[in-house]
Amino acid sequence: MSEMKNELEPLSDPGLPEHLHRKTDVDPLAAKKAERQVSILFLFSVIGTLLFIYSYIWIPQDQLIFLPIFGTTNAHQLFLGLGLAMALFFIGMGAVHWAKTLMPDHEVVDYRKEQRSKDEDREAFVATVKDGAAQAGLGRRPLIKRTLGLALGLVGLSPILLLRDLGPLPENELNETNWKAGTRLVTDPGDRPIRPSDLEVGGVAQVQPEFPPGKVRHLDDIAQDSVLLIRVRPEEFNLDAERLSWTYEGIIAFSKICSHMGCAVALYEQTTKHLLCPCHQSTFDVTRAAKVIFGPAARPLPQLAITVDNEGYLVAKAPFSEAVGPSFWGRDS
Amino acid sequence: MSARERVAGGTANFIDERTGAAKWLKKTITKVFPDHWSFMLGEIVMYSFVILLLSGTFLTFWFDPSMREVEYEGSYEPLNGVKMSAAYASALHISFDVRGGLLMRQIHHWAALIFMAAMVIHMMRVFFTGAFRKPRELNWIIGVALLTLGIVEGFLGYSLPDDLLSGTGIRIAEAIIQAIPVVGSYLSYFVFGGAFPGEMFIQRIYAAHILLIPGIMLALITAHLMLVWYQKHTQYPGPGRTEKNVVGYPLMPVYMAKAGGFFFIVFGVTAFLGAVAQINPIWIFGPYNPGQIGAGSQPDWYMGWLDGLVRAAPPIETHAFGITISWNILIPGLIIPGIIFTLMAFYPFIEQWMTGDKREHHLLDRPRNNPNRTAIGAMSLTFALVALINGGNDLLATHFDLSINQIMWFSRIGLIALPPIAFVITKRICLSLQRADREKVLHGRETGRLVMLPHGEFIEVHEPLSPEKAYLLTSHEQLPALEVGASDDNGVANPQGLKGKVRARMSRASQEQIAKPTSKDMLELEDGHH
Repeated sequence: MSEMKNELEPLSDPGLPEHLHRKTDVDPLAAKKAERQVSILFLFSVIGTLLFIYSYIWIPQDQLIFLPIFGTTNAHQLFLGLGLAMALFFIGMGAVHWAKTLMPDHEVVDYRKEQRSKDEDREAFVATVKDGAAQAGLGRRPLIKRTLGLALGLVGLSPILLLRDLGPLPENELNETNWKAGTRLVTDPGDRPIRPSDLEVGGVAQVQPEFPPGKVRHLDDIAQDSVLLIRVRPEEFNLDAERLSWTYEGIIAFSKICSHMGCAVALYEQTTKHLLCPCHQSTFDVTRAAKVIFGPAARPLPQLAITVDNEGYLVAKAPFSEAVGPSFWGRDS
Repeated sequence: MSARERVAGGTANFIDERTGAAKWLKKTITKVFPDHWSFMLGEIVMYSFVILLLSGTFLTFWFDPSMREVEYEGSYEPLNGVKMSAAYASALHISFDVRGGLLMRQIHHWAALIFMAAMVIHMMRVFFTGAFRKPRELNWIIGVALLTLGIVEGFLGYSLPDDLLSGTGIRIAEAIIQAIPVVGSYLSYFVFGGAFPGEMFIQRIYAAHILLIPGIMLALITAHLMLVWYQKHTQYPGPGRTEKNVVGYPLMPVYMAKAGGFFFIVFGVTAFLGAVAQINPIWIFGPYNPGQIGAGSQPDWYMGWLDGLVRAAPPIETHAFGITISWNILIPGLIIPGIIFTLMAFYPFIEQWMTGDKREHHLLDRPRNNPNRTAIGAMSLTFALVALINGGNDLLATHFDLSINQIMWFSRIGLIALPPIAFVITKRICLSLQRADREKVLHGRETGRLVMLPHGEFIEVHEPLSPEKAYLLTSHEQLPALEVGASDDNGVANPQGLKGKVRARMSRASQEQIAKPTSKDMLELEDGHH
């Protein structure tokens, strides 16, 4: 140790402090007491296991209980868990207490060696590697080396190829929804067509495109098609002529799938006429064609042009004019 | 010889005659481990991993990783007759109709939170004490890999029940995949087996969650422990502790009892949390439906900082030539995390480059004695903390009646401004602590006792430090800054230009210290006292 010391070091190493005996080392009565304490801790664990078994077998799974701190809670779950916690915890406490009071507490010194191997070992290793490479003769037989490289490289492609059938290609699907010109808006849930009069000013409704009988609505469809209908007073709109023509008597329809990361934009604040996405707080102004007024979304929610059919039900005037949902590389707008 | 000793001897003999392991085993069971509370942090990580394996295996006995649509019929009345995926229905079945099922689900989730928290705190200990220095750089990199895998593993795990909250998380992950330039929408279609959400992803992330990722993690943890074992544990500085020795307790019996006992304590505490603290009550959220959402959607905390970055991102997208690049997703979702984890993994080598110190280190640093590193750590944590706060901005807004816009702007500015401020403050605090150490060594400890001298002057009595304490405060090394710029390692005039200048600046910053007392100071002091 002393050879490591720099001349400038102000103090020399006083060495390990003297070992102090614990009470349990010198007093047999204290040791006996510690032994009893350890056993008591282990016995607590036994009680825990008994509680666990009792709860598992005899407390019904739907048994409720009122406890001061927990309120009304499920007795089965609570006592099963407390029993298990006790059973485990006190085994640990007992073992640690045992180690701390009764096992030797002499600190031991072990010595380190440098991680680096000795120079001769390193040289011998390098020589062995060189020797082995020479015996394999790869350097002398370039044909083997090149064909092996080619074979290994190509065989590495197979697992990638095997993954190809994980899914179909997106084709144009991300740009498409089930909304077509004339598709009726139906309530979600309920699948009932709606008339403008079903929605009061200030009201909101979630709608889906009407499916022909027999066609099942999958989650994939909902993830693309979900539309939010909002009704305001027509004079509150601040839209250009085209977008205004996409509304009907103060009813405006937006894709409910956030243009940022695809969450459902579900929070509508009636007083401010703002739509808020609960995932990342992008905020859209309903009266200005869902213009982003706050948050990370970079695009307005796509607006669906709506009108009524000759039976007076709300229908889409045209498909969405742009892709709904989060952005992707090939999104053209 | 007692019967027990005969059995022990017989077993040892049986094993040695078949493996010849006696020599190795003897050395192994008496291996010395230094004792310090902060060395238990890594243990907590390992034990919670074991708890995760045990409780997770239990859950697989009932969980049905399928998106097949079923109608729920079970003990949870409010959802009876509701259509949902088999995965969600089986998670409800585990929660309400398997005895101990809810307990195991909650233990599994709590263990995951403890696993990640303990891992982060363990890494902080390793970072701030310099335990990652040579020869332990590889173990640091393994640690960074485990942290990254842990984040992914946790995310996949809480996505499995296929409830409304977790489905929303998957939706966001899908948007990140989709935002990857050129191949994003293809990758998304491959991962989900078609359009989102499709009918495949639960079974796919199930395979990753219960087999692929834990398998890799188990292999990495094994390598991590073997390296700790082989390289011997680091130790804190102090009397009798040097770079060449390791002072502590032998594995057998003290550490076996302590560490084994500690496993049961960690398991017990986790079980207690599972018993009394409700976590992820999936039955409240309902089944996933991409057209619905719950207010206050929150990821688990270890994903929260990433979500906070995404929330703070400015709304920037590039639309040109028929393509879209979503910077608002790419930067916070992929680029910044990529940079952070890369810098973290390479930090041991970056520090070596800055200080020029390529020697082995087995004695830990007191954080104050390496102000630059400690400040870098504080800076990084500040960044993560501001991001995490922003990840909960909606909850903060509703709970504390704040405006969400204000929190968002605080975070946007804070993410850039607060880390450098944290750096400067931390560095100053470290240097002040060094100054205090120096004072203590030279002038003793302040006792708070005032004494009036015969001529009326009041002085405070200073007590000299014990030799052990004084040694601890002066034994650390203070390296001079690198002489970069003038010449390189071989004495050749430096042709590196800018790189050399940067390195010189970094080196100066990393070696900024309050000079510790020298032997000359100590001698002068003694002369003065006599």
